[in-house]
Amino acid sequence: MTRDQGLDGPAPDERPTPAGRRNKQGIRIDPEVEARHEPRRTVISALVEHEPGVLAEVSGLFSRRQFNIESLTVGPTDEDGRARITLVVEEPDPGIDQIKKQLRKLLPAIAVRELEPDAMRRELALVKVNAERPDQVAAVADMYDAKTVDSSPQTATFEITGARQKIEAAIETFSQFGIREIARTGTTALARGTDDTAAPTPPESSASEANQQYTQPADDD
Amino acid sequence: MSERAPPVTATEEQHDDQETTREEPPESAATEESTTDAEPTPVTTGAESVVRALENAGVEHAFGVQGGAIMPVYDALYDSEIHHVTMAHEQGASHAADAYGIVSGEPGICLATSGPGATNLVTGLADADMDSDPVVALTGQVPTEFVGNDAFQETDTTGVTMPVTKTNTFSSEPDRVGTDVSEAFALASEGRPGPTLVDLPKDVTNAETDREPDEPRTPDTYEVQQRADPEFVDAAAERVEGSQRPVMLLGGGVIKAEASEVCREFAIEHEIPVVTTMPGIGAFPEDHELSMEMAGMHGTGYANMAVTHCDTMIAVGTRFDDRLTGGIETFAPDAEIIHVDIDPAEISKNIHADYPLVGDADTVVSQLAEAVEESPQATKWRAQCQQWKSDYSMAYEAPEDEPIKPQFVVEALDEATSDRAVVTTGVGQHQMWACQYWTYTEPRTWVSSHGLGAMGYGLPAAIGARFAADDDQEVVCIDGDGSFLMTLQGLSVAVRENLDITVAVLNNEYIGMVRQWQDAFFDGRHSASDYGWMPEFDTLAEAFGAEGFRIDDYDEVADTIDAALAYDGPSVIDVHIDPQANVYPMVPSGGDNGQFALTEDQL
Repeated sequence: MTRDQGLDGPAPDERPTPAGRRNKQGIRIDPEVEARHEPRRTVISALVEHEPGVLAEVSGLFSRRQFNIESLTVGPTDEDGRARITLVVEEPDPGIDQIKKQLRKLLPAIAVRELEPDAMRRELALVKVNAERPDQVAAVADMYDAKTVDSSPQTATFEITGARQKIEAAIETFSQFGIREIARTGTTALARGTDDTAAPTPPESSASEANQQYTQPADDD
Repeated sequence: MSERAPPVTATEEQHDDQETTREEPPESAATEESTTDAEPTPVTTGAESVVRALENAGVEHAFGVQGGAIMPVYDALYDSEIHHVTMAHEQGASHAADAYGIVSGEPGICLATSGPGATNLVTGLADADMDSDPVVALTGQVPTEFVGNDAFQETDTTGVTMPVTKTNTFSSEPDRVGTDVSEAFALASEGRPGPTLVDLPKDVTNAETDREPDEPRTPDTYEVQQRADPEFVDAAAERVEGSQRPVMLLGGGVIKAEASEVCREFAIEHEIPVVTTMPGIGAFPEDHELSMEMAGMHGTGYANMAVTHCDTMIAVGTRFDDRLTGGIETFAPDAEIIHVDIDPAEISKNIHADYPLVGDADTVVSQLAEAVEESPQATKWRAQCQQWKSDYSMAYEAPEDEPIKPQFVVEALDEATSDRAVVTTGVGQHQMWACQYWTYTEPRTWVSSHGLGAMGYGLPAAIGARFAADDDQEVVCIDGDGSFLMTLQGLSVAVRENLDITVAVLNNEYIGMVRQWQDAFFDGRHSASDYGWMPEFDTLAEAFGAEGFRIDDYDEVADTIDAALAYDGPSVIDVHIDPQANVYPMVPSGGDNGQFALTEDQL
């Protein structure tokens, strides 16, 4: 059998080539300086209809689209039938934008926004440690404002609340006694002052957001 | 029901009517037939409410397959004016509904029972989701008290279909079930279209209710921006005016938004060359001088040159699929992108939009047309585009002493049919030849499985398209042998419904596209792609009761096509094509569009 001869025309190496290039995120770049967006950690808060399947939709969305999620918390709000989902995500800026836009597309989503870096973020952890050195354990608990929830001759369990860094520091300090078990809630958060945590977004803002020039705000809490 | 319930007023609350009993099935059919056309019979069951919702939405056709859990809905359909097309397989039902949606612009309806019925719909739903086609799926479900117990024919249908539907609902209230269907109908077509699904437990459809469904309406949390921000429009207009190498890239969204007309006017007034995506085929007449036809993996060389070298791209209703863009790094690398899309989540998802214009394509392109005052100075660029059209001509060799070239068959079919003929396809080489060698001039005449690439789409799509198309529009399915073999049981439907469709199977006894890739990338090792034998499709068609034809030589092509088209009913032409024929141009996966290969050794 004869092989297909294909089509006529100038071969690839005989064609002009453009000067420009895009990066992996589809943004045009100076070919000399390969710009990359570094992932950053941020909090996204979503006000949703409190109905069956919402959590599955949100978690399904994150796994399906390979968004990096650190924690997800959900709970009722002051309004009947509405829940707040707080997500801590770690993505480059274009990914964070995409997360917000995809979340807004979910039918039960009422409002979605990224919180400012100064937002109030809190997490609760239960830490169960060996109580062989009760005085020292108590001193560490005191240092982190931890409340004793339970104690037995062998164990002491503390409740610690605070920003993630504080919880992690406490856990690290407690680890000298031998940690038996830990349970953490993940971060929940509210915007400060009169700033609304999940003010409904006017539709145009999604466009403006898309056009924003990406900057790298310092982010830690 | 022995007596009619009074019509329900629309002012009642939707959610908190506790009076309905869910246990009792309806006792008997209505004792009296409605004698006037003016007032429809009030609904008495959840199932009747489901069917009423479809009727209120103007549904004329539905495609489906019966089964245990959906029986109450089918029983209600028995009295309805809606024409139900009983399909041979649920996958066919979802593809038919999808094609119906593409051709008519109204949501296509498909029905299936629980479990296997619902899972068989999934391929068609995934296809509709990828291509943003309006489809409503209604699936039966086991009674609510059995849900979660792994009952007979139970599948978590809303769970299974969540990633492949725009929205889905498990309908748990008899008083709400009709409104759930209305809402699904509205959601399937408003904003960015897509498939929606309502899962209907048998006890809910069997239950008594006198609640008429609400009008099709999207929920309050669903907001769609129609007009783009005027500031962005002005900025984009300025960019267009100043461009030297502009291109319009029209995607499927142009057709869905009925924006073909405004896009044509805009391109022609400002003399901007037009490229389409695959779903965008038909948005711009391919016989127009400005048409560069389809870009992407198997797009024309000239379309890919235009895309690669433009300095401004007006992209409308496209999601920048990887089959279009090739490698992101080399996609339109010198171009500032004006991206018009109704879905904000598509803006800058794959390709950064320098000018994001969120809104309805028809509205936004009209806004842009109003804002652009001067045409770009692009005489040189247009001449360059014309030069590319001649440099990278799609002309192919067709020596008389070799087997028939598939391109010739596609051109002959195009020649023999009207401009408004609807073409459906399966997926593979034949689909690409159907893109490349048929000259499309009208929107909603190209019906294919673009994003999902579902082999087997062609025949059920032709069935759905036949019901949506006008009587004077021919419906031609250009299929491959592999694709046809996947869903040819649909011939039984086409014969039963006496559908005037013509299937041309471009038969090379290969999974041809895979064979082509194996030759190029796997040292010609034809693993599982070489059938070496195929049923005689013409004889098989006759067994179904359709008319069968066969073509082996060039001199049979025109007459046989004419005879098949003239046959008033389903006909199948088994065309034995050159099994070595390949699809070119070709951009390898993730490659540079500008470096498309014209022959295998350029890959």
